[in-house]
Amino acid sequence: MEKKVRLLIVGGGPAGLAAAVEAYDKGERDILILERENKLGGILNQCIHNGFGLHTFNEELTGPEYAQRFIDEVEKRKIAYLLNTTVIEVSDKKCVKALNEGGLLEIQAEAIILSCGCRERPRGAINIAGSRGAGVFSAGTAQKLVNIDGLMPGKEVVILGSGDIGLIMARRMTFEGAKVKAVVELMPYSSGLNRNIVQCLNDFNIPLLFSHTVVEIKGDNRVESVIIAEVDERLNPKMETAQEIKCDTLLLSVGLLPENELARGANVDISRITRGAVVDDRLMTNIDGIFECGNVLHVHDLVDFVSLEAREAGAKAVEYINSKDKNKKYESIAIETDGKVRYVVPELILKNDDSNPLTLKLRVSNVFKKVRLEVSVDNEVIYSRVKQVVAPGEMQTIDLKSEDVLKLRKANSIKVYLRSME
Amino acid sequence: MVDVLIIGSGIIGSSLARELSKTSASVLVLEKGNDVSVGTTKANSGIVHAGFDAKPGTRKAFFNVRGAKMYPVLAKELDFPFKKNGAFVLSFSKDGHDTLVDLLDRAEKNGVSGCEIISGDEIRKLEPNVSKEVVEGLYAKESGIVSPYEMCIAMAENAASNGVKFEFLKKVTNIEKQSNHFKVICEDCSSYEAKVVVNAAGCHADEINNMVSSRKYEIVARKGEYVLLDKEFSWVSSRTLFQLPTKMGKGILVSPTCHGNIIVGPTALDVDDKDLTWTTPSGLKEAWDKALLTVPNLPRGGIITQFSGLRAHTKEDDFVVGFAEDVKGFYNLLGIESPGLASSPAIAEFAANEIKEYLNLGVNPKFNPIRKGIKHISHMSSEELNEAIKENRQFGHVICRCEVVSEAEIREAIRRVPGAKDLDGVKRRVRAGMGRCQMGFCTPKIMEILAEELGESIEDVSKRGKGSEITIGRIKE
Repeated sequence: MEKKVRLLIVGGGPAGLAAAVEAYDKGERDILILERENKLGGILNQCIHNGFGLHTFNEELTGPEYAQRFIDEVEKRKIAYLLNTTVIEVSDKKCVKALNEGGLLEIQAEAIILSCGCRERPRGAINIAGSRGAGVFSAGTAQKLVNIDGLMPGKEVVILGSGDIGLIMARRMTFEGAKVKAVVELMPYSSGLNRNIVQCLNDFNIPLLFSHTVVEIKGDNRVESVIIAEVDERLNPKMETAQEIKCDTLLLSVGLLPENELARGANVDISRITRGAVVDDRLMTNIDGIFECGNVLHVHDLVDFVSLEAREAGAKAVEYINSKDKNKKYESIAIETDGKVRYVVPELILKNDDSNPLTLKLRVSNVFKKVRLEVSVDNEVIYSRVKQVVAPGEMQTIDLKSEDVLKLRKANSIKVYLRSME
Repeated sequence: MVDVLIIGSGIIGSSLARELSKTSASVLVLEKGNDVSVGTTKANSGIVHAGFDAKPGTRKAFFNVRGAKMYPVLAKELDFPFKKNGAFVLSFSKDGHDTLVDLLDRAEKNGVSGCEIISGDEIRKLEPNVSKEVVEGLYAKESGIVSPYEMCIAMAENAASNGVKFEFLKKVTNIEKQSNHFKVICEDCSSYEAKVVVNAAGCHADEINNMVSSRKYEIVARKGEYVLLDKEFSWVSSRTLFQLPTKMGKGILVSPTCHGNIIVGPTALDVDDKDLTWTTPSGLKEAWDKALLTVPNLPRGGIITQFSGLRAHTKEDDFVVGFAEDVKGFYNLLGIESPGLASSPAIAEFAANEIKEYLNLGVNPKFNPIRKGIKHISHMSSEELNEAIKENRQFGHVICRCEVVSEAEIREAIRRVPGAKDLDGVKRRVRAGMGRCQMGFCTPKIMEILAEELGESIEDVSKRGKGSEITIGRIKE
């Protein structure tokens, strides 16, 4: 079956839904969302805890509730979507192949928004030695088993990594009667949100061990214990500090990776740092008409920011579709960072005359205290904010006003960096 | 009473089972694991060695060279992944020259064609990621790669469809020699009678042999640890890269797999426990550090999993293939370490011929050499996809997104004989869970399908049989 659509959205999670709604509201009517699961909402469907939507709706919603708000908006607008449909290929000519039980769909799109989210780093990626039986799960898999399938992964749990999913699962497993013996974090700080450390660990007296890692998994057919050890400044385990913790389950919350296999197939340039696409300030990739937003672009902490970014992508995709000269190439300038700022999204600023305000999103590479987050254009500081503390776990945003955005567009050099105040 | 009872369903036991299914023999395979291919066969380098490494005149040399030549036909008949990708043995200093010449000499004596010594620069022209430190190497064009577990499964399926019976969770604890036959007793108290017993028990073949023969053997499990890279990094090498061999084996290799991943390993360390395939921090580090000598820009971020396997090493350092001298009808296939995989078709053929003669067997007139693999949607053209989905809509339902595996493939993997009974069995048959997320997303879905197909409760679904259940039960209601 071959068909045409003006705007194709790959992924019906929070990013795809918000992008679709915004594109519709900007006047586009020919939109199709492709979703591989059997319902819209993406990973939010398994996030049954609350805390979503504080920024967007000024109230605390559960994941499914937050998703439902957007699903309702999609339904209200009668935006088309297909469920149980997996995209297997995206070409740089914006031809998409997708599979469902009806057959192979071949769709020619005018613009594509990739909003297919991220995946968890598996055990293999962090090279933990030991046995290879049952009982080792990524935290998200365990979350799906408990929250969706009603199955219990284990009863004595160690969690490696203090990312948000790990913290949330510490509490969730405790609620279900499991004993969470420790959360072990390689770094000297958590990559999760502070409120999650308080609400998910402290409130339940679950110990959080910084600068520790799991060095070995024991047990034949199923995990029986893990060996943990403190790490030195270079993150190498100090084996003299090794201790054994009896447990039947190890949950891993050791980072998320944007899922860019489709993008790679379309020759989209991928950032080595974010592992998402390199995009300009329209959130467009190097391939004309292919946009990215949400966790496939860079991993977010809060879904509210995903929705905001996705709206932006939806609006820009519509502008692109309606532009008279789609192939017009703009020169662009890449934002430079200082290493303390690990990355900035978008990375490229177009040298055109678009004067809309712009939000830059960034992460830092370590915990820094008493710093100024600054943007300079040709060595003139155009933005400066004092930050008492910044940490890799919390995404920072820089809201730039129209006149500053115009400065960026004329710049020969743009730098985003941290300046020490001491 | 069966004619032939084979203990072990690794690549040796399964290949022999298939060879014997060409004959009039009734054949039973007893396997202590939950599936075929769960011991050494599932965790090795998957190299079909050309045969230049084995010492001329040894059984290793004889079977390796013969076996390697049988692969192209077998891969076609049985539809398993095999590719002649060529290999280099790399030397990092001029001192290695004599060893290379020695290997070339062995190649000639063993009758291996397509070998030559070429310079480091010529090697890097073919494989640009090879270290600048490499001064020269042996190029073996006939070297190949195979997916060992898929080959073993293919052998077993073809054997089964030609009449061989497989029984699982049958750990043999004793063998009694009766006047004209054997009584084989298992841990679960079941027993079987057979005219010929074949010992293909891998690392445990010494124990099986020592139950009946006075010629005692001792197998040392020699552990090899591996790491595997994502397919994204297939640019590392398209040929197999060996380092100069040492007395512990062929050293650390870097090689593509048939599916486009990069495999790095194995280490070699003698261990006490013959079942413990745990990886160790030091082993994984050693494998990686040594591989960096071969390919300095090996991408650490590309690692998706690690595993280890055990080689069945004997101090005799050669394969033991043949009837035990002191026990009539007891056939040993013992000490089959590298190049055991490459040798396996020839070993099976040889052993089958000896058993055929011993039992005076006829031919199986109904033998069908052809086994078709499970159709993979990831290999299909657009037309084939539409055709397949029209026939069975479950081909359109993608379960494993990383390797693009459909529900239809997974169900087929479970329904075949011998079929998958657990997550690992599904993984080895159709690659669901082999990809970059390592079953993160598809675990719950495959559990559901397994439970449904096997008619068991979802709480009983396991990774690799009893004791490895994925979950401990329902959450509190």
